[in-house]
Amino acid sequence: MAKVRALVLAGNGTNCERETAHACRLAGGDEVHIVFIWDLLAGKASLGDYNFLVLPGGFMDGDDLGAAKAGAHRFKHGKTPAGESLFDQLQTFIHGPKLVLGICNGFQLMVKLGLIPNPAALLSCDDHDNDDQKEKTPAKSPSPQEATVWANDSGRFEDRWVYLTADKSSPCVFTQGTHKIDKLDLPIRHGEGKVIFGSLDGLKNALDNHLVPLFYASPDTGRPTEKYPENPNGSPRGIAGICDPSGRLFGLMPHPEAYSHFTNHPRWSRDTLNKDLAKDLASEEEGAGLLLFKNAVDWLHRYAD
Amino acid sequence: MPHRIEVILKPGIKEALGETIAHRIRKHLGKEVERINTVEVYTISEDLPSGMLELFAKEALCDPIVQNAMVNKSTALERDFHWAVDVAYRPGVTDNVGRTAREALALLMELPVDQVPSVHHSRQYLIKCHPDHVLSALDVESIANDLLGNKLIQSFSVYDRSTIKEMKKIQPKAPKILESTDVFTENIDLDVSDEELLRLSRERVLALSLEEMKQIQAHYRRPEVMEIRRHKGLQTRDGEATDVELECLAQTWSEHCKHKIFNADITYTDEEGRTEKISSLFKTYIQGATKEVRRAAGEDDICLSVFKDNAGVVKLDDEWSLVFKVETHNSPSALDPYGGALTGIVGVNRDPFGTGKGASLIFNTDVFCLASPHRRKELPPRLLQPLRVLEGVREGVEHGGNKSGIPTVNGAVVFDERYLGKPLVFCGTGGLMPAEINGKPSHEKAACNGDYIVMVGGRIGKDGIHGATFSSEEFHEGSPATAVQIGDPITQKRMFDMLLQARDKGLYTAITDNGAGGLSSSVGEMAEDPGGADLDLGKAPLKYSSLQPWEILVSEAQERMTLAVSADKIESFMELARRFSVEATILGTFNDSGYFTVRYNENVVGHLPMEFLHGGLPPMKLTARFDPAPESDPSSEELWLSAENTTGSWNRVLLEMLSRYNICSKEYWIRQYDHEVQGGSVVKPLTGAHDDGPSDAAVLRPLLGSMKAIVVSCGICPRYSDIDTYHMAACALDEAIRNAVCVGADPSRLSALDNFCWSDPIKSPQNPQGPHKLAQLVRANKALYDLCIAYGVPLISGKDSMKNDYRSGDIRISVPATLLVSVLGIMEDGRKAVTSDAKKPGDVVYILGQTRCELGGSEFLATKNRVGCSVPKVRPQETVPRYKALHKAITAGLLRSCHDASDGGLAVCLAETSLGGDLGMDIDLSKAPVQRPGGSDLPPEVMLFSESQGRFVLTAEPDKTEELENILAPHGLSRVGLVTDDSIFKMRTTNDKVLINLPVSDIRQAFKEALSSERF
Repeated sequence: MAKVRALVLAGNGTNCERETAHACRLAGGDEVHIVFIWDLLAGKASLGDYNFLVLPGGFMDGDDLGAAKAGAHRFKHGKTPAGESLFDQLQTFIHGPKLVLGICNGFQLMVKLGLIPNPAALLSCDDHDNDDQKEKTPAKSPSPQEATVWANDSGRFEDRWVYLTADKSSPCVFTQGTHKIDKLDLPIRHGEGKVIFGSLDGLKNALDNHLVPLFYASPDTGRPTEKYPENPNGSPRGIAGICDPSGRLFGLMPHPEAYSHFTNHPRWSRDTLNKDLAKDLASEEEGAGLLLFKNAVDWLHRYAD
Repeated sequence: MPHRIEVILKPGIKEALGETIAHRIRKHLGKEVERINTVEVYTISEDLPSGMLELFAKEALCDPIVQNAMVNKSTALERDFHWAVDVAYRPGVTDNVGRTAREALALLMELPVDQVPSVHHSRQYLIKCHPDHVLSALDVESIANDLLGNKLIQSFSVYDRSTIKEMKKIQPKAPKILESTDVFTENIDLDVSDEELLRLSRERVLALSLEEMKQIQAHYRRPEVMEIRRHKGLQTRDGEATDVELECLAQTWSEHCKHKIFNADITYTDEEGRTEKISSLFKTYIQGATKEVRRAAGEDDICLSVFKDNAGVVKLDDEWSLVFKVETHNSPSALDPYGGALTGIVGVNRDPFGTGKGASLIFNTDVFCLASPHRRKELPPRLLQPLRVLEGVREGVEHGGNKSGIPTVNGAVVFDERYLGKPLVFCGTGGLMPAEINGKPSHEKAACNGDYIVMVGGRIGKDGIHGATFSSEEFHEGSPATAVQIGDPITQKRMFDMLLQARDKGLYTAITDNGAGGLSSSVGEMAEDPGGADLDLGKAPLKYSSLQPWEILVSEAQERMTLAVSADKIESFMELARRFSVEATILGTFNDSGYFTVRYNENVVGHLPMEFLHGGLPPMKLTARFDPAPESDPSSEELWLSAENTTGSWNRVLLEMLSRYNICSKEYWIRQYDHEVQGGSVVKPLTGAHDDGPSDAAVLRPLLGSMKAIVVSCGICPRYSDIDTYHMAACALDEAIRNAVCVGADPSRLSALDNFCWSDPIKSPQNPQGPHKLAQLVRANKALYDLCIAYGVPLISGKDSMKNDYRSGDIRISVPATLLVSVLGIMEDGRKAVTSDAKKPGDVVYILGQTRCELGGSEFLATKNRVGCSVPKVRPQETVPRYKALHKAITAGLLRSCHDASDGGLAVCLAETSLGGDLGMDIDLSKAPVQRPGGSDLPPEVMLFSESQGRFVLTAEPDKTEELENILAPHGLSRVGLVTDDSIFKMRTTNDKVLINLPVSDIRQAFKEALSSERF
């Protein structure tokens, strides 16, 4: 069984690295390292030594030029002493049997780098029934940014818990892996979480190809919603996260790492937690947000080198 | 030549920011507009290589999905608008977006940041007028002034459409500091008359009294001082000080830094004419209480470091220590609410970070005292509209806290008209550090002789000059604008990331924050351990070159820490800083010379004996006389209650109480603050079936692998000050403790912080009330002393702000005597935490603690514009054992909910419990525990709204009631009713008379709508 070697990126305004690393460890990550972007840029650490890249929440460069915009720019143009950009490293990384998870600011970064939804990747992994997950490889060359993550319709930053439902046909390794995730409560904490596609076709393609693994939904109907506050930012069709066609690159606005213990849930003392998800957890203590990380760990144990 | 890049949203993309601004123009300013569009503007100070401008715009500044960028061409004409307003920062004001854009440009040009042209951010607002409300140029200017920016730190340019059309583009203009070439140190002759000394103090904003100025004069007249100065090569004549020295002394001796009032010799006369002498309120009552509490605790003492560092340190357990500090940032927030509050929160972050060897930051708290945001009255000069102050401070704390990745877990908002003159902005930060770092206690530090003085973080500018002395005076029309600044949470976050690594590698020996007084204060204080320092201001990294040496010394530019680094570690330290893109500069060395020597390159520009600097200030002598206003309690008849004594009218009164600004939901604030980052949240600020009931205190697990939890709560009740500050202070402490105990904190392991915000207590012709205000301060201190000892709760840190007055001509607005008590608690097991919301129909409702006739200063009497005199009193002989017993019941898991009764009394407390659970209640108030004078029944308004202290509403499942009653019966426990499933909130009294009968949905609506987001 391959070892899970997780790199949790930190530095320059990222601020959820500790709880994200904690969630990786609880989920069974074998080696989990918090690595500062400065050490990557200085060549003191390299993505190549890991098989799970986690981009946690925060405010890269203060989100001063737009959410994760300056952060994405640093990825593309910041160079290691060897003259390699982090984006070059990332391109090499995603061609191996590896996983990338972006949460909140990390999701914004992935979208702005064009890593997701990246429909061009469909060409190289159009066979969803292929049993050999290793063969499903993301696109060989960087694709142009196809969507963005923009200001909430309310114009406000908000911290609130949302109810998420899943596309069960999604190739997403994190939501439809060993544990099938559905009806999950997670917190969102952002001012810019509305997903906007460059074209209507883009939106349609992403939905048709099941690249939207999670939706904001109404707890009453269980259906994806565009209605505030169940949908906190006005994302069309309730889009809460996006993956690439391989299902190995996934980003979402809600914070799964913030639900690693049952007491994280705002209503834990009311005895109303989702029992379906609870049975997938190792103990009553664990929070259901861990399931995303467990799916990643299971996949890596099986397929990583 | 400067260039201008404009970035505008593509057509069809929702303008969330523009809509918010348009909403505020309507709501805050009462002006109609049709639409606002915004344009992000980047001004590049110089030419770039060919094609680079376009590449920069496309790659770094513009999101290709939703934005278009134009270089040196106005995008405005693509929109339908009447007026365009450019809002840009004035030269030298921190421009975070500009800084980030310049870093992006440097990456693109593959050059170091300081070798590429500077980039400046501004924003253009395109205003489309409403067809029926054409705005004049004057209207637009007032929109700019009153909403879009603050002219103290920003400049405005207003254009109409035709002008832009003619120009085709707006001429780019990079803000530039006029760089004076003359850097010099001024010598100031102190051998002058008393009037001249006072004039010096006033004109240089030194805020020193005549006596203090004369103390300084005397120092420079001493022959041995003259001799040493000649020997040291200072370019001063006998009797002269340098401006550097005078400024350094003024900062060090400022009320802000030295707490002169709290350390004064006070002659206090009480209301009965008894007089006593108090030598230092701080030493007698604050330190005195803590000393006694620690002595009584013996081996269970949790204090590690109190009153000597930037924050207090207590034990979480043998392996971890907790750090907590609360500061105020009132004066800067009065001038620029956003910048003031932002620097308030990122500033207090540096206190726990600069405590001991440095703590990682785990929570923030915020408490605001403001005038009603919906007050529409003419304002005295220079005051800002309360709604604008509120929005500004809210947003400042939002940006500061959220961007730093620190959860804002607890707070309060208090409204009173008297906060119009100076809003009070309390910001707190808690930290966590290993008890030992590299084998040494983490809460201890000392710079050593020979260590380098290293400044880390941001650069020095004119920002924040005279912050410490400015906040030591009242707010007036001439208050200095340089005291205003904008914080930069990201520069600070980078610095903290780097310094935590340095801490764990043992790369420094001591650390402190550059806050009030800047380098003068940080280096001056650190130099006390080794016994001296030699500081070269010429080496300090500056934002621009036109700073005089004294300005470099006292600038309060943000995001800076001062460290002591030993010679053998300096190389590794500097290497780490470089790698993290953090600026670190060696500014000199600590020594044991007995002097604080200040140089500017080769020249010695200041040479002050450490002893004089820190010990030369004589205590002030002040008089205090308690002179309470005669007030009586209004009778029920007077309150016109007899007519209201029916169900319908009590329903109305309860709904009115729930929608009072001091009681209603603060969800609007809470949601905009990240309150669960770092992953350890257990009890959040909002709780219940729909996450909308109010929590009493925050519970969080700072160590994710452990169930150990900490509790954060606060207490504040300035209305009681109008009757007696003794009881105000006692109630504030009791409320904070009660809140903490309510969620599950162990009452034997609490610690508290005191933050006093007072109106000037020094008598002067303009301030004849001074002695009474000082007496109020004395009484509040006495209460803290008595109650802290009774509860066994040590005070571990605190702060005072003593000049919270506004003056303009004859108008004087003074804040009510305000004390914020913040409490830090510990829970062995966070899973035992209890929330305030009712949980299940059929659960039994209890009231714990007696209700008394204590309506004085209540929120209820405030609805009748009355104060009354029967202020609530704390009775520790009842409450100390009660809280212990309650903790026992919570730890045993006997409670389903627990909620503290405070503002609004039992009726509000029960209603909140009910609405949090979205469940009905049937309550018989006649069963509630009471203390009635002469055996008569208490009138309904007292039963419903009296704010007697030490009371709780509890619910428990029926099969736990016996055990619960066994524990709590001796402490004033009564079963008063049941939680019901009919969604009706019902309160009855004697003979089953129904007082209140309301659907829970009405209660929720009243509670939630008063200050909902639509109202902003």
